[in-house]
Amino acid sequence: MFDTSELVINMGPQHPSTHGVLRVVLRLDGERVVGADVVIGYLHRGIEKLCEHRDWLQIVLITDRMDYVAAASNNLGYVETVEKLMSLEVPPRARYIRTILAELQRIASHCLWLGTHAMDLGAMTVFLYAFRERELILDLFEDYCGARLTYNAMRIGGLPLDIPPRWDEKVRAFCDILDTKVYEYEELLTRNRIFLERTRGVGVIGGDEAIAIGLSGPALRGSGVPRDVRKDEPYAAYADFEFNVPIGMAGDTYDRYLVRIEEFRQSTRIIRQALDGLPAGPILGKVPRLIKPPAGETYHAIESPKGEIGYFIVSDGKSNVPYRFRVRPPSFCNLQALPRLIQGHLVADVVALIGSIDIVLGEVDR
Amino acid sequence: MIDTYVVPTLKILVLLNAVLVAVTYMVLLERKIIAWVQVRLGPMRVGPHGVLQPIADAIKLLLKEDITPARADRLVFTLAPIVSMVPALIAFAVIPFDSEITLFGYTLSLYVADVNVGLLYIVATTSISVYGIILAGYASNSKFPLLAGLRASAQLISYEVAVSMMLVSMVVTAGTLSMVGIVESQREAGVWFVFIQPVAFVILFIGGLAETNRAPFDLPEAEQELTGGFHTEYSGMRFALFFLAEYANMIVVSAVATTLFLGGWLRPFPGAGALAFLDFVPGWIWFLMKTFAFLYVFIWIRATLPRYRYDQLMRLGWKVLIPVAIANLIVTAFIRVLL
Amino acid sequence: MPEPTRTIAPPAGPPDPPPAPEIAVPSFIATLHERLPGAVPRVSYWVGDWTLILESPRLLDVAHYLRDAPDARFNFLSDVTASDWPVRAKRFDVIYTLYSIPLRHRVRLKIHVADGEGVPTVSGIWPSANWLEREVFDLFGVRFEGHPDLRRILMPDDWQGHPQRKDYPLEGPGELLLEGPMEWLRLRKTDIE
Repeated sequence: MFDTSELVINMGPQHPSTHGVLRVVLRLDGERVVGADVVIGYLHRGIEKLCEHRDWLQIVLITDRMDYVAAASNNLGYVETVEKLMSLEVPPRARYIRTILAELQRIASHCLWLGTHAMDLGAMTVFLYAFRERELILDLFEDYCGARLTYNAMRIGGLPLDIPPRWDEKVRAFCDILDTKVYEYEELLTRNRIFLERTRGVGVIGGDEAIAIGLSGPALRGSGVPRDVRKDEPYAAYADFEFNVPIGMAGDTYDRYLVRIEEFRQSTRIIRQALDGLPAGPILGKVPRLIKPPAGETYHAIESPKGEIGYFIVSDGKSNVPYRFRVRPPSFCNLQALPRLIQGHLVADVVALIGSIDIVLGEVDR
Repeated sequence: MIDTYVVPTLKILVLLNAVLVAVTYMVLLERKIIAWVQVRLGPMRVGPHGVLQPIADAIKLLLKEDITPARADRLVFTLAPIVSMVPALIAFAVIPFDSEITLFGYTLSLYVADVNVGLLYIVATTSISVYGIILAGYASNSKFPLLAGLRASAQLISYEVAVSMMLVSMVVTAGTLSMVGIVESQREAGVWFVFIQPVAFVILFIGGLAETNRAPFDLPEAEQELTGGFHTEYSGMRFALFFLAEYANMIVVSAVATTLFLGGWLRPFPGAGALAFLDFVPGWIWFLMKTFAFLYVFIWIRATLPRYRYDQLMRLGWKVLIPVAIANLIVTAFIRVLL
Repeated sequence: MPEPTRTIAPPAGPPDPPPAPEIAVPSFIATLHERLPGAVPRVSYWVGDWTLILESPRLLDVAHYLRDAPDARFNFLSDVTASDWPVRAKRFDVIYTLYSIPLRHRVRLKIHVADGEGVPTVSGIWPSANWLEREVFDLFGVRFEGHPDLRRILMPDDWQGHPQRKDYPLEGPGELLLEGPMEWLRLRKTDIE
């Protein structure tokens, strides 16, 4: 049990720096963290059970609410899984636009991550600068589908809406703006002595251990593992584009930061290529009016901004609702690594590490 | 009679009022500057462009419920913010805003007292304010404020060593402990001391940031420290006093740095005849501009830089600043003796 | 709100069809059959996914093999989850989704487990199974033997019942299922009248 010379501190569900309702019970020896127990479930809404009672089409709405910071990625994962189950062909125009939406979503999610992570470390200004860019993306989404946070932007077999006139010009203008702004963020943080001291060598995890403990996404790539679902198992239109996947070397918080900063740039690269090559054509494939996938089950994963989000869907072939709906949440699996990462560090590093793993409690708890 | 009683009393009254108003409006200044750095506007509603915001804040804090933790030492609990605030105010007694001005045909000096150990007086009063933090932590009768208060005071006294050594270097350079005397020696030297002692200037500035618990050295009061630091249990006007004390300390540090390094009320390069056309600007205007520049840099740094962790902060103080400060002092002493 | 249109006889499990003869079986499955004969009685292939259906006593052997064999090298455990087919005697399907980062292929393992039966934990082989198995335990009630810390993760610690089971009501035990504001109003009116 607990050693009496240890101090037990509760970083409660209400805390300004835990990015949601997360509870971490820390055992300290003086200033050093000896052990941590992560308690989740405060935002558990029973989404998996709820989706067993909802139409295949209504579930798109519900997937928005899991990782609410990157809603379009959740939608994309789900519709692609059902399309795989039904062996549906998605028209190329829809695939390109889905890629653009997913990459815009990646930029928006990383903007939020950057702002909150920097603010946790004390650099308040980066928070407002990053949110300024996120506002631009939210405006783009509002132009496209009318919503700013929960988009319901994809349908099984394609998209419900074609892009509005001159939307592609706005997206291009945004990409140009973002490229200059990323330099601004880097100026404030990347070579800042204080930021380096706060993040270098904090939360180091090696590649093999990261794979074993279940990390995915930028947290895994920061440890030097070249794993990206967009390259390994291409989905949507990613096979048509040229882009690099940044890999870190030291596996510490600083490398995870650098990986995500570079992902900003690669995302704009993908968006520009997608806009240049956007094919004409229909945006919804040949989909039966009543969606009833044949009996069977499948697992399909995509690369959400937080990591590998996978959907395991079982259809019994006769209902208009899924039999089993399972989401493999990247934040849940990444959060498992927190006790291992915190070990041996100081209390002040706990918030830096929670920010570095980049979790969204909506996804952790579903 | 007038000279010994009435004039100093009037000076004290005017100075206290001016300082208190300045400290209150520092709140607004900080909010506005940080907002403009962060692409937003800051307080805009209360009064035109938010100028009445500090008054609204003061009224709100005065009207708040007076909460004292159970079994806390009531006297010490109330005393702690006072012990923080008062030394910052009385330090202004020796800060010279100008040497002599004529007002209604009456010449008076714009400082309350020219103590011939003025700098020592300032070091003494700023040291007393550390007690305020310790007393606050102790009187809160709670584990976390006590520990946080001890840490904050450890930070303050560590950086006080480096700052004091820099002050000693300036004394060696100027040859006198009196604040007015230091400015006079800058006038004789014809150049501000910042050009003669740049290292001391930098160390004094960094030490000043740490002394006043400002970013990037504000971990003891940031929310990452799982509690609110030494002022966790404080609310209402007592809490306000702590924050006003922080701003008052900032102004004191800025004023001291201006006096020691930027020539007090002197214009830039007082020795250069070519700049004599700038003499129409009264000295106290120069003083206020320079102090304001310091305050602006304090706020600018808070808006921009991340925060140091506590162990990195202490390491910086003891392993970097103090050795450099000692080296500076030794070099200054050598040069003074040899030249 | 649509009611799930269930057929008269609820399904007894996914069909799990075997691969058609023209589909090339990946090499690691063939070598698995050689190295551990009889461990994997059924292999299924559906929409591009390979599933190995096995019994829980052989789970650890197969898991070790799949992680370490040079043509398998499944070092990343994507997911551990379960499905509830209450019609069957062995009602739970515990499903492990594996991915190989060096070789870039996937496989699924499936075990049929009865209510109350335990499954050996794979958290010794893939530490990422720790929380995933805790979630399966919490939501389905499947016990994992040898798990270092088997307790509830999403539900409160003292919760009774396992919510994701098919016989657990969607609205929670003893609650009313209100699908919308009109239902709430209707209930209130009947209360008042």
